[in-house]
Amino acid sequence: MTSSTKTSYVIKDVAILDGKPTDILIQDGVISQIGSGLTADQIVDGSGCVALPGLVDLHTHLREPGREDAETVLSGSRAAAMGGFTAVHAMANTNPVADTAGVVEQVWRLGQEAGLVDVRPVGAVTMGLEGTALAELGAMADSAAAVRVFSDDGKCVHDAALMRRALEYVKAFDGVVAQHAQEPRLTEGAQMNEGVISGKLGLAGWPAVAEEAIIARDVLLAHHVGSRLHVCHLSTAGSVEIIRWAKSRGINVTAEVTPHHLYFTDDVVESYDPIYKVNPPLRTKEDVEAVRAGLADGTINIVATDHAPHPSEDKDCEWTAAAFGMTGLESALSVVFETMVQTGLMNWAAVADRMSVAPAQIGRVSTQGQPIEVGSPANLVIFDPRASQEVDARKTVSASRNTPYAGRTLPGKVVATFYRGKPTVLNGELNA
Amino acid sequence: MKHLLSAADLSYEDAILVLDTAKQLAAATEQGVGKLPPLRGRTVVNLFYEDSTRTRISFEAAAKRLSADVINFSAKGSSVSKGESLKDTALTLEAMGADAVVIRHNSSGAPHRLANAGWISGGVVNAGDGTHEHPTQALLDAFTLRNHLRNGEGDLKGVNVTIVGDVLHSRVARSNVLLLNTLGAKVRLVAPPTLLPYGVEDWDCEVSYDLDASLEGSDAVMMLRVQRERMNAAYFPNAHEYSNRYGLNVTRMNRLSENAVVMHPGPMNRGMEISADVADSQRSVIVEQVANGVSVRMAVLYLILGGSESM
Repeated sequence: MTSSTKTSYVIKDVAILDGKPTDILIQDGVISQIGSGLTADQIVDGSGCVALPGLVDLHTHLREPGREDAETVLSGSRAAAMGGFTAVHAMANTNPVADTAGVVEQVWRLGQEAGLVDVRPVGAVTMGLEGTALAELGAMADSAAAVRVFSDDGKCVHDAALMRRALEYVKAFDGVVAQHAQEPRLTEGAQMNEGVISGKLGLAGWPAVAEEAIIARDVLLAHHVGSRLHVCHLSTAGSVEIIRWAKSRGINVTAEVTPHHLYFTDDVVESYDPIYKVNPPLRTKEDVEAVRAGLADGTINIVATDHAPHPSEDKDCEWTAAAFGMTGLESALSVVFETMVQTGLMNWAAVADRMSVAPAQIGRVSTQGQPIEVGSPANLVIFDPRASQEVDARKTVSASRNTPYAGRTLPGKVVATFYRGKPTVLNGELNA
Repeated sequence: MKHLLSAADLSYEDAILVLDTAKQLAAATEQGVGKLPPLRGRTVVNLFYEDSTRTRISFEAAAKRLSADVINFSAKGSSVSKGESLKDTALTLEAMGADAVVIRHNSSGAPHRLANAGWISGGVVNAGDGTHEHPTQALLDAFTLRNHLRNGEGDLKGVNVTIVGDVLHSRVARSNVLLLNTLGAKVRLVAPPTLLPYGVEDWDCEVSYDLDASLEGSDAVMMLRVQRERMNAAYFPNAHEYSNRYGLNVTRMNRLSENAVVMHPGPMNRGMEISADVADSQRSVIVEQVANGVSVRMAVLYLILGGSESM
């Protein structure tokens, strides 16, 4: 590790965001020079490529401890690096649940040992994700893991009084509650978006209102107690409207959308292939257009992957028996490129904001999401927009293969990822 | 026809072919020829994840009358109850050389998965999946309607069919709406709004909340089973109110036109969606539906297992 951080790198002829090609010199973990004709121990050809600040994922399931057959902190860190990420937030729904300082410190330490990305543990809001009593939020905040994001993700903090207290309590350490917005009674047994297609397929519906009702309640609660709220994986046109309204009122709310909700519509479920089973479910064309527009205009602050690895037996089965979730770390940047940049909705500066700067701010990760300028920590991703790849589930770096893009061709490719000045990906290959 | 997963898989020509084939097979059976030979040496597996004695027996009788070997595989008391996955069960059946698998499953889409996941190479017949479809029920209903209203010939153009009850959870209703439309019939669904699927206004049918207003002009009324447990999930207040508003009793039946028939896919809740007097009346073709089920399933198995052009 010492030798590689001592090595200096120069990325030649790379465009910083939407700018003109230049050279970026990386030395001692920081960006030490930007200009032309720079040299270093090792040269990376960046011609035709774009340099973005290393991506920050606010919503990642690393499955360790408990489901190491699906993913580990190490395998998930490798997948993250391959996707251009330099920080991930590890969700709390592990076994045991990350609801104590002990568990979050374990995950944090495993992240340090892997050494490929910053692994920032997310703490559970309630003990055991059971929605009845607050977890030790302060102890997790004060631990070595310095938790700032709290979420019962996978389950909704549906008790309004408990949600209010959580929103208030985390103010003491500048924390944020990231809500999985799902009204439980409206979604009992739910399998897919409730709409024309669920009616036809005979699958129990997950109505948009079950998400929107919770978001509406939570923004009002956040307003009432003057707290910061983050909405996980927003998926409906109505949710975008509510967030837009809340922001216009000055409510301190941020929201995320996943790459798959930018990309897929619910008609893919007609195949009954559980690779498309995810929570919240894939929605309609109108919803996809609304979340894209919301991301472009900043109503939705960030893209977060909700990377949810599952072993094959949990997907190679009938729909209702299958697990919810899909992997997303390795494909996220290409999907955002296809859905947001190639469509003309966003430029690279906006991509950097939504996938690095803003998520780092929400998660209070000070060393990430920094501008690409001299003196910044060298957390960078070099992306070649001219390339394209057919996704092969068997070749994923993640320990799981449940990518919904398998067999599809996605544009662009991560050529290199630098984490604290060290290449974790080089020439499109994992360098670790 | 490789599989029969949905009534939507059947084109007009396919549907007529199944009905005509069923008619011929029924005639051959009635002549007392005993077993017919076409599926000799072929293996049909009845893979039943839900208890359904009626449907299983119907498929079993159909396969045996065509001389097929039948293996009944029910979830209870088998490796399935020990947690074996659908995939592993399918691989086992494939290794045993099943030529066709008739599957009843509580998960919508399970037959679709079985046919398309690459686990088996044989034909798959959907014998009812979750709240999705039950295409052979729709075929036997169409066959029964054709016998009564069209002298057993052709299609169902101009026939008005009213389907009443728990459409939301009914695989019978979904398959019937699709097939009856294919055959030219006009379908009206009648149910309390809670028991209609989201988006039903986009289906090829009329929708009404009022049974009394829907009786006149109906050539057939198909009553769907309504589970009493549904009232616990607030789909309706109680069985009494349901029966008053949506049950078919003698008063309502007498308002039907002279030739109209009453149908029910079974099993019936007498006194709930249908009164005993109606179920046992002259207009009721419920027992006939059961008999026709065997003929239609013979036709489906025959056509899927490569019944050639000639019989």
